[in-house]
Formats: sequence, structure tokens, C-alpha cells
Amino acid sequence: MSRISEEQVKHVAHLARLHVSDEEAERFTKQLDDIISFAEQLNELDTEGVEPTTHVQDLKNVMRKDEPKKWITQEDALKNAPETQDGQIRVPSILE
Amino acid sequence: MSLFDYKLSDLQEMLHKKEISVNDLLDEAYNRISEVDGDVKAFITLNEETARARAKELDELRGTPEGRGLLFGMPIGVKDNIVTKGLRTTAASQILDNLTDPLYDATVVQKLDAAEAINVGKLNMDEFAMGSSNENSSYYATRNPWNTDYVPGGSSGGSAAAVAAGEVPFSLGSDTGGSIRQPAAYCGVVGLKPTYGRVSRFGLIAFASSLDQIGPLTRTVEDNAYILETIAGLDKMDSTSADIEVPKYTEALTGDVKGLKIAVPKEYLAEGVSDEVKEAVQKALKVYEDMGATWDEVTLPHSKYALSTYYLLSSSEASANLARFDGVRYGRRSPNAENMLDMFKLSRSEGFGDEVKRRIMLGTFALSSGYYDAYYKKAQQARTLIKKDFDDVLADYDVIIGPTTPTPAFKVGEKTEDPLTMYANDILTIPVNLAGVPGISVPCGFSGEGLPIGLQIIGKHFDEATVYRAAHAYEQATDFHTQKPSLGGAK
Amino acid sequence: MNFETVIGIEVHVELKTASKIFSPSPNMFGDQPNTNVNPIDLGYPGVLPVLNEEVVNYAMKAAMALNCDIATHTKFDRKNYFYPDNPKAYQISQFDQPIGENGYIDIEVDGKTKRIGITRLHIEEDAGKLTHSDDGYSLVDYNRQGTPLVEIVSEPDIASPEEAYKYLEKLKNIIQYTGVSDCKMEEGSLRADANISIRPIGQEEFGTKTELKNLNSFSFVQKGLEFEEKRQQKVLEAGGEILQETRRFDEATKETILMRVKEGSDDYRYFPEPDLVPLYVSEEWKERVRAEIPELPDARKARYINDLGLPEYDAMVLTNNKELSDFFQETIDAGADVKQASNWMMGEVSAYLNKQQKELADVALTPANLAKVIKLIEDGTISSKIAKKVFAETVENGTEPEQYVKDQGMGQISDEGQLREIITGILDQNQQSIEDYKNGKDRALGFLVGQTMKATKGQANPPMVNKIIVEEMDKR
Repeated sequence: MSRISEEQVKHVAHLARLHVSDEEAERFTKQLDDIISFAEQLNELDTEGVEPTTHVQDLKNVMRKDEPKKWITQEDALKNAPETQDGQIRVPSILE
Repeated sequence: MSLFDYKLSDLQEMLHKKEISVNDLLDEAYNRISEVDGDVKAFITLNEETARARAKELDELRGTPEGRGLLFGMPIGVKDNIVTKGLRTTAASQILDNLTDPLYDATVVQKLDAAEAINVGKLNMDEFAMGSSNENSSYYATRNPWNTDYVPGGSSGGSAAAVAAGEVPFSLGSDTGGSIRQPAAYCGVVGLKPTYGRVSRFGLIAFASSLDQIGPLTRTVEDNAYILETIAGLDKMDSTSADIEVPKYTEALTGDVKGLKIAVPKEYLAEGVSDEVKEAVQKALKVYEDMGATWDEVTLPHSKYALSTYYLLSSSEASANLARFDGVRYGRRSPNAENMLDMFKLSRSEGFGDEVKRRIMLGTFALSSGYYDAYYKKAQQARTLIKKDFDDVLADYDVIIGPTTPTPAFKVGEKTEDPLTMYANDILTIPVNLAGVPGISVPCGFSGEGLPIGLQIIGKHFDEATVYRAAHAYEQATDFHTQKPSLGGAK
Repeated sequence: MNFETVIGIEVHVELKTASKIFSPSPNMFGDQPNTNVNPIDLGYPGVLPVLNEEVVNYAMKAAMALNCDIATHTKFDRKNYFYPDNPKAYQISQFDQPIGENGYIDIEVDGKTKRIGITRLHIEEDAGKLTHSDDGYSLVDYNRQGTPLVEIVSEPDIASPEEAYKYLEKLKNIIQYTGVSDCKMEEGSLRADANISIRPIGQEEFGTKTELKNLNSFSFVQKGLEFEEKRQQKVLEAGGEILQETRRFDEATKETILMRVKEGSDDYRYFPEPDLVPLYVSEEWKERVRAEIPELPDARKARYINDLGLPEYDAMVLTNNKELSDFFQETIDAGADVKQASNWMMGEVSAYLNKQQKELADVALTPANLAKVIKLIEDGTISSKIAKKVFAETVENGTEPEQYVKDQGMGQISDEGQLREIITGILDQNQQSIEDYKNGKDRALGFLVGQTMKATKGQANPPMVNKIIVEEMDKR
């Protein structure tokens, strides 16, 4: 049984904002299905009551003081932007 | 003989006595790069102009109290996923090909600079550190200096190959699932993945935030210890960096391992590990016995789940970490985009390679509604069990020893077809990242084909000192680290 | 068919810390675009967030003021979505462990107290600002990126658009009292979204709800909900179906307009933020924050009624706006009579502000000066008529009232000898009025008082004038 369909791969690609052609979708579906099928070995594990680990170190309450600091200029902020206008970054609108 | 055959402390002494200049060291580096990098392809971007200017400054300081930085005048290569102000930083991805100035220096780069080291250039890698062979670089695949038909390992393949090829004596890599140790093993150099939280990740282009660590690759254990001492420590810019004092690691290198308690997990010498590798590890254990250490076979029962756990967790985190590459503020924006959605989709599709796309999709899937519990959360729970395996064993032993990789380096193109086969290279290094403990790979032999084999030594949280002590004693008792590839006619 | 309305409200409040939530950039409104940003705000490769401690304190203050339980263990999560104003393509927020839960606020409905539940209050970062232009492009300014926010989600306890309005007014008032935000809707430091559904009375399950976005004032929230309430009713009565959609309120037409129909729920792929470590909030930390919360409106209102003896209406008016209330408090602290201060605040001061369309902060009046005006009346230095002139001066120019009255010679004439002299003169010229008075025509007295006031430019002390005129006439 396949774990992920081509339809799902296309949906996931959309969520991740990746354009995939039909040919790519087919190839990725096969590869992802293999990986996910393999990963399902985790189902063998009894994880009832096991706390999930997000952080491997036991740190807590790491915070900084509320002290403002300037770091870069507006020129720097826009330096690598593909398009700028009036001190802002320009992007195409939602619709054509 | 190359200047880079000297160890770091010797080079420092020679500099302070003005027997050599910092510029001589740069000559050595850039000449060697011109000579062999056409074959090795370890570098993406060179920093020669800035480096030469800095060398001039440092040469003025030779012999003065100001010229006493821990890494005074030391040429070092930096993996291209570590951000360098004013110097192109690409993570070997087309999506960042035009990022000529990422505006700031990573904390480790600031620390290297403060210690008066010199950044020679940016090293090749698998795109966004996703890969085990450097074949996923969007520029070119780095080759193994011992035999250029073979891969150098990955993702810090450039960092390992550059040191092995004598282009730089030291380099920084990053390790998420073995990306320092595996290429160190394949290239016959020393590579350490520090404890998670030991070295600041600020300025490391994130792959999997809960696993990534920066670490040094060097010819010798002692050099490695000097570099770690320089880059480690609490950083206010990284909430996950630990507020634990950094010891003088070089002081731990006593050569004495009498009474050291070694655990050898039976899972690390099981099926899938080649006979040559097993044999090299057995011999290494004998060396330890001869030095007065003891070892027992132990079990890390959840080892076989590490690979699945790792791919689910690292890909999930990566799917979010790599979402910022959207063509808006920096990096590639597709010239074909006419609306916002196209800008996102086309920029990313044109900018990312297949392996990166695959992992982003896997991670997006594992986090998506209806699958989170079955995949992401399940993997986080499995991580808890894997970590506990290590905690249990390390409660009774000083270090865990086994091979770094199941086999020596493989041929270029051999494993590119099937992602799962490629992933399997990392089965012995991945659990260490999941547990967050430190691990080092040191050379422990050669295969029949003349390719290096690595010995992995794993320690307790924040106990790099013991890892270094064990690695150093072994290194001193053997001569694998003194051997060099014959590439370009070894000097 | 009779329907009942179910409304829930989500409010985003920007916290006015000095720096941003996860980066040290200044947290400022109104600066040149992209000047209060750094590589962290811009989502540059390799950057990491570090939490601003004050944000947690402020959020806790807001949550406590809204009667929430404060989490002992909390954390941050990533909410994933692509948009140009969201530089990391994930927003750092709190998903399943908000800092505050199970709160409430009380509002007054038809003279009765109604409790509106607050489901949760969580901390998150604000996005940048995207401005759409007509030429097919949009412009992004990241100054707002990383501004600390709390999102406050109400229970669906709100039964009418009017209650929604009252809920928002009260919520804003409470937050302003805590001092953690300006709550200025026009600057976006308070933003409200509302969702509304209707159902036949007696029906258990909720109807399909629509969501109203981009509401620029509380009265637009109310008007938008009123329109939506009627629209949904019409649709249902016509046998139609309400779709789950997002609508915006058009201020010109006073109608709600479809923005988009929601297809299924959004998939934000929340997961715990690995770059930030968990927060453990100790009892001691909670108490430290709680101790910093100033008196809140309900407590202040009760105190004004019980301790100051103000009528309930006055107490309500004087506490439902923090600025007005603090001003009143400072005026009485400066020694003004409570009832007089209350009358002035609700009378002249409010009238002036309404007329000028200004806030107290924008005018020159200070509590100390208002207290002085009141005292000058009380001790008879000026009449209430003159007081209005003095008030006009101090509210416009911040002039010190006592000095002003002296300089302008506005002080009331209460010197008996001086007044008697003036009055004697007036009586001498008005023999007829004396006659009339003695013949029982009371109006004559009024005329003579008027003449005296005229002669003294209104500064004569009226009771004294009355007394002296009568005495002097009796002598003749």
C-alpha cells in the first residue's frame, strides 16, 4: 500500500511553495513513498507515555533584557533585495 | 614537506620567532589550492584579497603582545553554510548564488577573527548540508583527495577534503547527522561534532535546528582541541547555547587512558558494517587495551530507529528553516514570476536541487494536518528513547567507541539513484546527533583500496575533554594521521 | 423564525516594549521604512531569535488583568505560511501552551453585569507591512516585523453587536490601565477580528460562522456585525446556506463584502520552535508581575463609589477611559474637591476635548492646574464665570491659574470697604430703584446687583454685594 499519493505530493509541494511538474511529482511520489514506508518502522516502538524530545539539553527561560539597539542601515536592509522602491522591497502582487 | 604538516602549536612558535610569516602560510594555502583544487573542488569562494590584507596586519603584530591570539595567523577554511560578512555565502545552493554579502558574521567567525585566525575561503558542501557525498552541491562535487574517483563524504566534504589535500590545515564544518565525522572518516582527518549547545549556531544556515552543530576538522587531535576552545562557549545570540565553562581542551591531552572505560555497542559492529572497518575498529580496541583502558560490549537497543527518526525530524525542521528562501529579500528571485505565488514557487523550484526539495516535501508532509502525530511526534518520542540509550551507557562508561561509517568512501555516482541507500551511510553518526552528545572521528586505518577508515569516539554531554583525551592517546600510539594522499604529488 | 446571535472576537494588541520580541531592533511606530530592522527581523540565513524578557512580563500583566490563569510551563511554536511580510515564512507564536487561559471580563448589559469568557491569550510576533499598489506590485516595510503581540481570543459568549462593542471597549480600557499597550486602532496597535453565526433559538449546535476582518474601529465592528447578523438571517429565512467565509466591512456602504470562501482549514503545520527553549513561570515570577499591575477600572470604579462617594454614573464615566481616569485621580490628589473635580472632568474638560477632537495628552491642561482652578473658586478668589475664562486659558496655553488671575486682575473683589464705596456711588445715581425696593419691588435689588457687577467687571463677590446693598438701602 502506498503511503503517499501523487495528489498528496502535489498538495505538499504547494504548501511548501515548490513547483513540481507531473514528471517530477511521479518521481518524488515514488521516492517519498519509499522513505515514508521505511520510516513506518517507528510504529514497532511502544511510545505510550514517552515524552517527545524537542530540546536535547535541559535549558529553560533563556531571555534577554529589553534594550533596543540599531544594527544595520536601511541601505544594508535593502542591499540584497531583488527589487526595491521608496525604501521598501518590491514584490509582485497577489494576482497578475 | 608542507608547512601544513606542522601542528598548530609549532606553526605559532615559528610565527612568533619570525621564522615564517603569516603571509607564507597564505602562500602555502593559495598555492596548494591553485595546484590541486581543480581536481578536489573543495572551495566555492576564495577570500584571498581580504586574507592577504589581514595577513599583512598580523605580520606587523608578530612577536608583540597583541599578536598572541590563540589562533594567531592560522589559515582556516569555512564551510559555506557559515555566514561571513562581505563574503559570498551560498550553502552551495543556487538560491543563494548571488548572496555576496549576508550582512553579518556568524559568531564562530567573529571568534576566529578575535583569535587572529584568517579565513582563506568558503568550502563546498552538499546543498544546505543535505547529503553524504557532496554530490548535492549545486556547483560541483568535491572529490576525495585519496582517490578522486571517490566521494569525500558530506555534507562537510569540502571541509574534510581541503584539510586532507593540504589546502588548509584547519577548517570548520557543520554536523547535523554526521556531516563532520563522516567526511573526516572518508578523508582521513580528525573531525569533531561538539555537544549540542557547545558552539553557537548563530550564523550557521539552519538545516535542522535541534541537531546542527559547528565543529573543527584538522589533521591532529591537538589542533582540533585548539579550534574548539576558540569557537565554543555561551552566545547571547543563540538561546540554545549552553552557559557552561569552556575548559582548556589541550590540557586534557595527557596521553594517559589507563582505566578509561570504553563501551562498544554491538549494533555498531553488526550487519552492514564492512569487514575491513570492523577489523580496523577491533585493532583500535586492542591499542586501547595495550594502553590500559578496558572495554565491554554494550547495547544501544534503539539504534535501528535512528535513521527514520532523524529523517523525519531533520526534514520537518528543514521544511520550516528553508521556507525563508522565498525570493523576497535576498537570494534568487525567478525572472519568470509574474505574481506572488509564482515568485515563491518558481524561485524555490529553480533555486533548490532535488534532494533539498525531497526533504522539504517529506518534512512538510510529516508536519501536515493529520500526519503530525504519526510521524513528527512519533519521531520526537523515538528520539527520547534513543537519547536514553546513550544516557544509560554513558552513566557507566567514559566513552563509546565504534566505527564512524559502515564502509570507507564510495565511488562518485554510486549511490545517487536511491536516496535511502545514501542515507544509510549515516547510521552510525546520526544517533549521536539525536542524543546531543559529542563525537569525534579519527583515522584508524586504510581499506584495501587505500581509502581511510574512521574511528568514532563518543562522550558524555559537554565532556569533549575526555573524547579528546581518548582520541589523542590513540593518535599518538598510531601513525595513520601522518599519512597523506599522493594527490598532485605530495610534497 | 427567531434567531440568536453568537459572536466571538479575536484581538491583537501590540506591546510597547522598547525593543522587538526576538531581536534588539527598536520597537517604534511611524519611522522611515526598513530602518528599524536587522538581519534577524529580515529573516537572513543563520539568524536566531532570543526572547525579550519584558514581552513575557507584559503579556503576563495583560493576561492577569483579564483574569486568566497563567501557564506554569509554556513554549513557542512555529506557524508556517508564505507571505512577503512574513520573512521567515513562519511566525513564532504559541500554539498549545498559551501564557494565559480561562480568563474573563465583565461588561454592563441593560444595567446588569455580563461575564464574557476569554479562551486564551498568547504571545506572538507581528509581521511586516505590505502595501498594495495598482501597478501590479506591492511594497514591503519590515519595521513592524517582530513587534511583540498578544492575541486575545474570546469565548463565543457575545450575544449581540452591541455587546461586542462593549467587550472591545472594556478590553481596551483594561489593557490601557495595565500600561502594556497604547491600544491605538489608528496605528494598528489594537486590531480586532470578529466571527459571527446565528442559530434558531433552542438549537444546540452553532450555525456556520463568517469572519469579519480589517475592522478599523469598534463602531465598525458593531456596524459590520449588525449588517452580518441581518444578512445571515435573510439568507437562512430564504432557505439558503451560510458559507464559511471571510468578509470585510465597507465603511462607505456600511455593508460586509466577501473576501474569500474558506476551503477546509488552513494547514499551518505548527511545531515547537527548536531555536527557543521552554519557559517555566514560577509562582515568584508571577507574583512579581502581579504586584506591578496598577488598579484596574472595576476596582477603581468601586472605590470611587464607596470611598469617594461619587454617584455610580460619575464613577463609570470617570473610569472607563484610563487617561481621563488618571487625570481625575491626579486632580484630586492635587487637593481638588472630589465632586467639583468630577463635575469639571465630565463637564468643561470633556466638552472641550469633544469640541477640539483631542485627547487629554494633546492639550496643555494639567491636573495640578485644574485643581488650582477649582480651589480658586472654592476660596472665593474667582467666580465660576471667571473660572471658565481661566480654564480656557490654562487648557489652551498651560498657563498657571493663580498667577494668571493675579496678572489679569481677575481676582474677585471681596474687600468690604471697597465694595461699599462702589455701591454707595451706584445707589446715589439710582434713587428710583431704592424707592422701588422699599415699595416691595424685589426686582430693583437685582438691577442694583447687576449695576455693581457691571461696575466691577463681574469680579465682585456676589453674596457680599447683595448684603451690602441691602444694608446701605436700609440706612437711607
